Amino acid sequence: MPKDTGIGAAKKRREDVRFLTGAGNYTDDINVRGQAYVHFLRSDVAHAKINGIDTSAAAAMPGVVRIFTGADFTGVGGLPCGWQVTDRHGVPMQEPPHPILAQGKVRHVGDPIAAVVADTYEQARDAAEAIVLDLEELPAVVNMGAALKDGATKVHDDLTSNLCYDWVLGQTDDAAVQAAFDAAAHVTTLELTNQRLVANPMEPRVAVAEYSRGTEDYTLYTTSQNPHVIRLLMCAFVLGLPEHKVRVVAPDVGGGFGTKIFHYAEEAFVTFAAKACNRPVKWTASRSEAFMSDAQGRDHVTKIELALDADNNFVALRTNTMANMGAYLSTFSSSVPTWLHGTLMAGNYRTPVIQVNVKAVFTNTVPVDAYRGAGRPEATYQLERVIDKAARELGVDPIKLRRQNFITEFPYDTPVALTYDTGDYNGTMDKLEVAADIVGFAARRAESEKRGKLRGLGVNCYIEACGIAPSNIVGMLGARAGLYDAATVRVNATGSISVMVGAHSHGQGHETAFPQVVAEMIGIDESMVEIVHGDTSKIPFGMGTYGSRSLAVCGSAMVRATEKIINKAKKIAAHLMEASDTDIELKDGRFTVAGTDKSVAWGDVTLTAYVPHNFPLTEIEPGLEETAFYDPANFTYPAGAYACEVEVDPETGKVTVERFAAADDFGNIINPMIVDGQVHGGIGQGIGQALLESCVYDENGQLLTGSYMDYAMPRADDVPFYAVDHSSQTPCTHNPLGVKGCGEAGAIGSPPAVVNAVIDALHSGGMTHVAHIDMPVSPSRVWSAMQG
Amino acid sequence: MYNFEFVKPATIADAAKALGTEEAQALGGGQTLIPALKQRLNAPATLVSLSGIGEMKGVCRADDGTLAIGGATTHVTVASEAAAHYPALAALASHIGDPAVRNRGTIGGSLANNDPAACYPAAVLGSGATVKTNTRDIAADDYFQGMFTTALHDGEIITEVRFPVPQKANYQKFVQPASRFALTGVYVAKFADGVRVAVTGASENGVFRWTEAEAALSADFSPAAVEGLTVSADGLIRDIHGTPEYRAHLVKVLTKRAVAAAA
Repeated sequence: MPKDTGIGAAKKRREDVRFLTGAGNYTDDINVRGQAYVHFLRSDVAHAKINGIDTSAAAAMPGVVRIFTGADFTGVGGLPCGWQVTDRHGVPMQEPPHPILAQGKVRHVGDPIAAVVADTYEQARDAAEAIVLDLEELPAVVNMGAALKDGATKVHDDLTSNLCYDWVLGQTDDAAVQAAFDAAAHVTTLELTNQRLVANPMEPRVAVAEYSRGTEDYTLYTTSQNPHVIRLLMCAFVLGLPEHKVRVVAPDVGGGFGTKIFHYAEEAFVTFAAKACNRPVKWTASRSEAFMSDAQGRDHVTKIELALDADNNFVALRTNTMANMGAYLSTFSSSVPTWLHGTLMAGNYRTPVIQVNVKAVFTNTVPVDAYRGAGRPEATYQLERVIDKAARELGVDPIKLRRQNFITEFPYDTPVALTYDTGDYNGTMDKLEVAADIVGFAARRAESEKRGKLRGLGVNCYIEACGIAPSNIVGMLGARAGLYDAATVRVNATGSISVMVGAHSHGQGHETAFPQVVAEMIGIDESMVEIVHGDTSKIPFGMGTYGSRSLAVCGSAMVRATEKIINKAKKIAAHLMEASDTDIELKDGRFTVAGTDKSVAWGDVTLTAYVPHNFPLTEIEPGLEETAFYDPANFTYPAGAYACEVEVDPETGKVTVERFAAADDFGNIINPMIVDGQVHGGIGQGIGQALLESCVYDENGQLLTGSYMDYAMPRADDVPFYAVDHSSQTPCTHNPLGVKGCGEAGAIGSPPAVVNAVIDALHSGGMTHVAHIDMPVSPSRVWSAMQG
Repeated sequence: MYNFEFVKPATIADAAKALGTEEAQALGGGQTLIPALKQRLNAPATLVSLSGIGEMKGVCRADDGTLAIGGATTHVTVASEAAAHYPALAALASHIGDPAVRNRGTIGGSLANNDPAACYPAAVLGSGATVKTNTRDIAADDYFQGMFTTALHDGEIITEVRFPVPQKANYQKFVQPASRFALTGVYVAKFADGVRVAVTGASENGVFRWTEAEAALSADFSPAAVEGLTVSADGLIRDIHGTPEYRAHLVKVLTKRAVAAAA
């Protein structure tokens, strides 16, 4: 019987009631008395020298409070990058300044040049149009290959080139790698692009800041996945403010997908301007602004080579990637193509020799940073595509080739720096074969062919490193932050509980799943437990929500804090029952003395803690509140196998996804309904990348996909119903819940399944010359590929 | 958006008068104009809403057998009320944009804008319809004059569109993945005296007639009749969603499908 409460229960998300009934409280719902509005004048060219900014006419416009330019920020820090990558020669990456408002040059379309603060938003826009700019346009650097050529125009004049770093992981000896390839029986090579994406959360970014002249306190309301990190970065690196005078609140947030992790110029600006203008300042991005100012995702160009021996065992893997950083280094941009990408190149397979090379490149485009999966989709896509190509070249079954090369013994040290603690890739593949009804595919293909359609089956595996991350390890790798998390469990006198957690919930269902854990541990009803998140004034600390880390890291902190609560409560119960605390057992919300019929209820103990009339005051303090910080011992390694079936219309090249099955091993599951939803959403985004989405700049750096008229988001009718199975469970060995994380899996595992299926369909139709089609696999691209 | 005056006349005469003022702009359903205003791409002094004019709304069969549709009739109304008279036209209307667009957007607004990827221009040209304005009747063959360009004079109002009802007709839209406008759309209409084929979404000059296919289909109304024809890619649109060659290919595929669906 499925459980209906506690860990493992498929509880509906309690927070959905407010989201679905219009009772949410988003940042744009927050209005502070007397607030002014800021409009950013953004560059409409990709690269230009700023010769002059004349704000005199604009400043005289109605309602204008003040106009800011880069000159107002000369004494202020720039936006920091949170991860220093060291290149293959031991040299730190090139790290250009990233000003709040442009200084001397603009470097991408959307780069903010000036900010107009006015009584109304329309007045701010009117005045911005009256600012006279003297811009001297420069050649735009858009293509990464061209950017790395000698003599290329430099995005940053003070850097030696447009190369941020040239990084290598795994076997660093090129000759040793080449020797492995020379000895191989077969080498499969694939060149591919993992195209640039725009995250497009439903809620655009918003920031409102107020400053109290009396107390010198600031409050910033902002659309963030991690308010403490924003406070730390903004106070320590940008504005030079004491953290205790700054409160950052991220209220209900309408989706993040990574792009709301980072510290942005606009939120630092409104905080700065709130004091400078002595008035609250609000900014709400339009969708058009989001397209040119939210950090974008992916944008890798890769050549991958897989070497196999005569028995089809993988013997070596070499991959060379150019990763687009855009014009500036966004908060975690440098870590995405390196430590979140190169480390995953072993995939689920035993490959003894692996070399990963990544060249990160500056271009005159919007900065690129983590987007759902962050590096791991790029790793999975290239690896699972090249394996599929190898299977086709060798004439072997793609599932069999994968199974033959699976890692089967754990722990397993990969050649690319990770230690997988546990997994069962064959067991998960078994589940997939059932969920996807692989044996029924031939009949479905025959039926499609009767209708004149080509049907293809694509299968792939994925592995990801989640639960980010052990602070000691990431510190050695260049992270400028620790990646633990924290929770405070506050038990009230009547026994209800508030849990203040560092993880921010913006669609992940924490408000439902986290209480299931605490309620189960104590044996009380979930309705007695509430999660508090998103406010630095209420929560001890937190590194936020990304990298599928919330439950594995913050959830573990919550477990540790709850364990402390239970230990203390047992002491109180022991006192009340005049027993030894070692004899106290807690079950179903009652404390009992082992071997007796004595018991006290949870509520009796909690009330005693706060009304300590009969209390062992000499042994323990009154009250019942505990905090724990948890730093993980290792990453977690969710893994799975996905299968996609597509139909291709041979006349138009149009691809439709007919079936999609996912078998995931997330370790233990707290709420299977939420896990299903996370996988569904991830697959939807993965299908979006595979078939529809693409952020395109022209050769002058103009954004061609600046709205939904040209940037194709997946819609409900673009995706099928999914078959999701997460019954393959090898619990994480090193966190107390045995959980691995599920938030990104769908987006990581699904793009190669879709593309593999399209190639399979075309081959079934005799178009065996089509080895690869870059994403998005749009009708016109499929048709062009079919023409040969 | 910038500030403007807003008037909502109740008669065609009052609307024409209002549109005679300096920098006045007609507003139909606003599905193109309002976003443009929000982006500050357009700065009319006066917006003249046509949505309050009762005599410009509705669908009816005229005495001469043609289907008359008021210029201010929304897509959703055409979809429901034209269904009994001209199913292919109703089906086209039912697939424009999304429900919000169909409940606000109007046939007159779409034709006055003449977006090169819009659906209605294909139906009007493919049906050989007549665009009636407050001052004259304009044959479809004279009305469409290129991308976003029409025979309308400044201030002229599309009051009605008269569609001859064909024996058979069908519209095939192959959607652009992002906007879901027509990447290419083909409207085929078979009349007693011949077949008309109109193509939208494909050409840099907006909607056009594929006359070779019309001749072939007039002789033999079957998909096979166009099999031997080719469409030149010259002058067709190249963008991130498709090449001229792909659009040329789609014109033929969609024409065959439209004929098969109509037959």
